Amino acid sequence: MKQKFDIIESTCVPLPLENIDTDQIIPARFMKVTTRDEKFFGDNLFRDWRYDAQGKPIGDFVLNDPRYSGCILVAGKNFGSGSSREHAAWAIAGYGFRVVISSFFADIHKNNELNNFVLPVVVSEGFLARLFEGIAADPALKVRVDVSAQTVTNLSSGESEHFELNAYKKYCLMNALDDIDYLLEQKDKIEKFEQGR
Amino acid sequence: MNTLFDKIWDAHVVSLIEDGPQQLYIDRLYCHEVTSPQAFEGLRGRGIGCLRPKQVFCMPDHNTPTHDQDKPIADPVSRAQVDTLARNAEQFGVNHFPMNSPDNGIIHVVGPEKGISLPGMTIVCGDSHTSTHGAVGAVAFGIGTSEVEMVLASQCILQQKPASMSIRVEGKLGPGVTAKDLALFLMMKISTSGATGYFVEYRGEAVRSLSMEGRLTLCNLSIEMGARGGFIAPDEKTFAWLKGREYASKGADWDAALEKWKTLKSGEDAVFDRELVFDAAEVQPMITYGTNPGMGMPIDGKIPADASPKALAYMGLEAGQGLLGHKVDYVFLGACTNGRIEDFRAFASIVKGRQKAPGITAWLVPGSWAVKAQIEEEGLDKLLAESGFEIRQPGCSACLAMNDDKIPAGKYSVSTSNRNFEGRQGPGSRTLLASPLTAAAAAVTGVVTDPRTLMD
Repeated sequence: MKQKFDIIESTCVPLPLENIDTDQIIPARFMKVTTRDEKFFGDNLFRDWRYDAQGKPIGDFVLNDPRYSGCILVAGKNFGSGSSREHAAWAIAGYGFRVVISSFFADIHKNNELNNFVLPVVVSEGFLARLFEGIAADPALKVRVDVSAQTVTNLSSGESEHFELNAYKKYCLMNALDDIDYLLEQKDKIEKFEQGR
Repeated sequence: MNTLFDKIWDAHVVSLIEDGPQQLYIDRLYCHEVTSPQAFEGLRGRGIGCLRPKQVFCMPDHNTPTHDQDKPIADPVSRAQVDTLARNAEQFGVNHFPMNSPDNGIIHVVGPEKGISLPGMTIVCGDSHTSTHGAVGAVAFGIGTSEVEMVLASQCILQQKPASMSIRVEGKLGPGVTAKDLALFLMMKISTSGATGYFVEYRGEAVRSLSMEGRLTLCNLSIEMGARGGFIAPDEKTFAWLKGREYASKGADWDAALEKWKTLKSGEDAVFDRELVFDAAEVQPMITYGTNPGMGMPIDGKIPADASPKALAYMGLEAGQGLLGHKVDYVFLGACTNGRIEDFRAFASIVKGRQKAPGITAWLVPGSWAVKAQIEEEGLDKLLAESGFEIRQPGCSACLAMNDDKIPAGKYSVSTSNRNFEGRQGPGSRTLLASPLTAAAAAVTGVVTDPRTLMD
């Protein structure tokens, strides 16, 4: 959903696993709907880790743990690998996450998050490890993400890092514009390119 | 610098956004029923049409059943998704190969097979295995649904240009070692994120020696190393394979295209951002033991001591254990990875004169109706039937189990598909990824078996 980004300050939901693939974020059997029903996808985020075969919540999965909440998901490295399904980004957005922090994202999924106004924030391995430790010690720990300044700060320890975000995408996020809005303005260039081939 | 990737990519840049992505022109957009409905819906919401409908090719493949395709799909939700694609294709005037038509099949099998995907093109699809089309010498990569909408609306996409990587495989692959094994070997070596951020050019004698089907398999699996895409510079083998295909140009147009395609190679002075070299002689038939495709080993190997405990718990396996002789319940031959004619020939070469093992359920699913027709023309269907195997109808099938072909919880499947993620082939399913030869060896013995022990 298009929404403006500025400063986000929130508690975190920690998922300290590496190589979380998009099949886990949203299993294929939930991809048969033809709408962008974010609530439906959000309800089925991490479905098979979150609910057992009978649909009963699995108590020790972090989304079912009442100690953790907030709009920032913190995940282990290589988050979003595998399938290109944008449904994974819709599920993350639909659940209510606005930021995902990891030390490494798979390429396609990273773009999908950005195209759905979920901000992937890449931090160093050390920052991530200390953040996981901090959240484990105190689930009330807050993180502040400042899009304009491109900084992410662990408000408990004060540790802060700069994160990458190109100027174009930053402008889009801060002004709730998407790439299609931009491309539709480029029609002359596209036709000129086609004629020049 | 001056790599083939640079040449193809740069020739498609329409504009550069300062400190931002590049506007890349797209020659071919493929759409399947799962990742496109929301993109077409987006066009409707914006009140716009498709800019270049002739360059867009749609076909359902993920939900299609592998039997009785002449009847309506039983699952109403699957049926609605397939019907939605047909309706969208009609409304927006794009090409459509409907289910059960002779043109239909898995996009990544049909596109190259019909000559829709050609050297030097930029090709995208809302599907990570779009990298497959790189085998014809194209820059092909998977995208999300918002990006599908971008291409429908503008025939362009905004992308950061990936870095370039050369993977050179020297020497020759041994007997019984296939393109699939090579890909699983590369993933084992560099992990499922080893090529993230890169576009890979596969080079070297072992790559050149692969058939076009083998090249399609290798490029298909690029994404499983994290790569945006992977491709092989086109050569005489590519041109011979493409010549005469339905959508490839003919006559003087073909000759002109050929002259251009012959220039598609990395310069002698090409500089890649990263270069890796491997020795083909090191590659053995491979099998995976874990829950991502990088968790693989030589078929006679032992599961590494440092393997992920979570993955092994899911798989019901233990570190230090070998897989040879391990009981198998299902065998799946097919998918965009290994659903081509050569894969069926390989499978048939092992089962010929043998019988399907008791207790094995085998799903043999051609990648397209054209592949199925070729199987029948070569009489492989009869040979396989004599051994107790049946050929099903084309589609993605058990690769991701969006149709009825689901591996039951706890069961082991030797699969020629591309992913062994938790639940990928059905909730609780346990996938062992391998080549068609290894799948065939399991199918006739009922256990994990080195296919070389069954080869003439």
